[in-house]
Amino acid sequence: MNLTWLDWLVMLVYFAFVLGVGFALKRTTTTSAAFFQAGRAIPAWVCALAFISANLGAQEIIGMAASGAKYGIATSHFYWVGAVPAMVFLGVFMMPFYYGSRARSVPEYLRLRFDEKTRGFNAISFALMTVFSSGISMYAMAKLLQVLHIFDAPFAALGVGPQYIFHLCVVSSAVVVLAYVLLGGLSSAMYNEVLQFFLIVAGFMPLVYLGLRDAGGWRGIASSVPAPLTHAWRGFGSAATSPMGVDAFGLAMGLGFVLSFGYWCTDFLVVQRAMAADSMAAARRTPLIAAVPKMLFPFLVILPGLIALSVHGGVVPFKMYEGTNTLALDALGRPQLDYDLTVPTLLLRYFPTGMLGLGLTALLASFMSGMAGNVTAFNTVWTYDIYQPYLRPRASDAHYLWIGRMATVFGIAASVLTAYVAAQFNNIMDVLQLVFAFVNAPLLATFLLGMFWKRATGHGAFAGLVAGTAAAALHHGLTLPAGASAGVKGGWLGVMAAYPSEMAQNFWTAIDAWTVCFVVTIAVSLITRPRADGELVGLVYSLTEKPRDGRLVWYLRPAVLGAIVLAGILVLNLVFF
Amino acid sequence: MHLDVRIPLGLMLAVMGVLLAGYGALGDRSVYARSLGINVNLGWGAVLIAAAAILLALAWRKR
Repeated sequence: MNLTWLDWLVMLVYFAFVLGVGFALKRTTTTSAAFFQAGRAIPAWVCALAFISANLGAQEIIGMAASGAKYGIATSHFYWVGAVPAMVFLGVFMMPFYYGSRARSVPEYLRLRFDEKTRGFNAISFALMTVFSSGISMYAMAKLLQVLHIFDAPFAALGVGPQYIFHLCVVSSAVVVLAYVLLGGLSSAMYNEVLQFFLIVAGFMPLVYLGLRDAGGWRGIASSVPAPLTHAWRGFGSAATSPMGVDAFGLAMGLGFVLSFGYWCTDFLVVQRAMAADSMAAARRTPLIAAVPKMLFPFLVILPGLIALSVHGGVVPFKMYEGTNTLALDALGRPQLDYDLTVPTLLLRYFPTGMLGLGLTALLASFMSGMAGNVTAFNTVWTYDIYQPYLRPRASDAHYLWIGRMATVFGIAASVLTAYVAAQFNNIMDVLQLVFAFVNAPLLATFLLGMFWKRATGHGAFAGLVAGTAAAALHHGLTLPAGASAGVKGGWLGVMAAYPSEMAQNFWTAIDAWTVCFVVTIAVSLITRPRADGELVGLVYSLTEKPRDGRLVWYLRPAVLGAIVLAGILVLNLVFF
Repeated sequence: MHLDVRIPLGLMLAVMGVLLAGYGALGDRSVYARSLGINVNLGWGAVLIAAAAILLALAWRKR
């Protein structure tokens, strides 16, 4: 399959518009509040689409289809169990404290509520994590475009070897994201996320339509793939029969509570989008509006996985050893499927020239939105939570704006570097991601206690975070998923218990870390001196005036929207039970 | 902020829609063998143009 002028033109139009948005916003981006917080002037629906789009990186599109081919419709647990309830909780209960306090970032909330050391711990680990994760997704994307061989012909025409495709993908996407974030800051990133959201939907909807037609609709899929793949909850009665290796309890606690609430309610990457809203009511509506498309995404990103399994006896390609034509075999000598190529394979299979350009643009858009999300969160946390408090307090606003722009350049450069390190040493990146998972796992307990228990103290929060992180590391070091060897996958301290799957191990590591952080924070808080009630107004639930929603029309009230969304996921779960 | 995002969004979808629908109407039909014989460029291009029209109309009304 070769790209034609039409495909290139569609991609070019996309690039022209994202850069155009950056230039259009350059004039109004003259203060640090405009650059980092979008002037807190964005309407709710824009925030909501940006909120969802920043999370919808290319890894999600690729990974969810891959998981759809592996686990089937049960993958939608990542949406219906692992995202929507947490988004409702954020909108209804937590947003008032983020938006209502003077905090400009999530780590800054921790300083206002607890103390400097808790903020520092969170700010530094978060800043590092965003840079690494954007680098790793950059690597994944460039690798994918290289494997597709779609750019081979134009490169050959220019007399350049295919090995440069990787470099071109990394550098060009980095430069475009750099340009529009540098020009318009957070508002530019968010407006472009809206463009990217529409493009992702526009690029993948026809793919699902054609795929479903080819497969003979949902009925056709259900009759050609193994039955458990078309039922979301089959086998979840016990860990032994569950496709993911966890029972319903582990799923609900690990994914549905700790991991999901930990991500959606405390990760500044997404929370930043809601904090840019033009009013408290709009900020609270942001995650609730975002929950509606989130709830429907499984049909866009998971269904392709099932389609690829179903049509023509399965079209997921076999896994090859890198750079060779040799099939990769599993332990029993059977060839393995390369699930990550599910979406690209379908794109190349069904899309004629023109639509193919749009599909590839959608893939690029998802990649850029995820990267811009990381970069804007990084430059804000670096400037407000690391540079301003520790390196240079009390400088002029113009100085912080300049530092924010420099941090953008630095953040993207560091991501590019990470992408190349990832290409060299896959394992180092796995280890780093693991370390961040340890740091993140307990964080939810800190926020819940901080927001809903006024007795929680700074020393308690810090001790809880450190203990929770240690507990996560310990749990990981002592357990191993089935079939893995000790090392990055776990068991580096000796194997005390084995899990049926890596996912099960992740969920239980998170549950463990959360519990330890929760208990230690409470214990240490009780023996340390609490802050006066007066200092905690606006930061803790019991001391803050409840937002009065009664005056709003019913469909604008957060509680009503939340109830509607939760009813929606209940129905979806029953339909696909 | 002094930018209604529906304007760039609508314009982008309109340009892409015109490109796809235009090629669908005038270009080589043999490329649709892979898309099950459906002229997806024409059909989806028209959908994009319609979406663009709605977005631009909403933005225009607010001015």
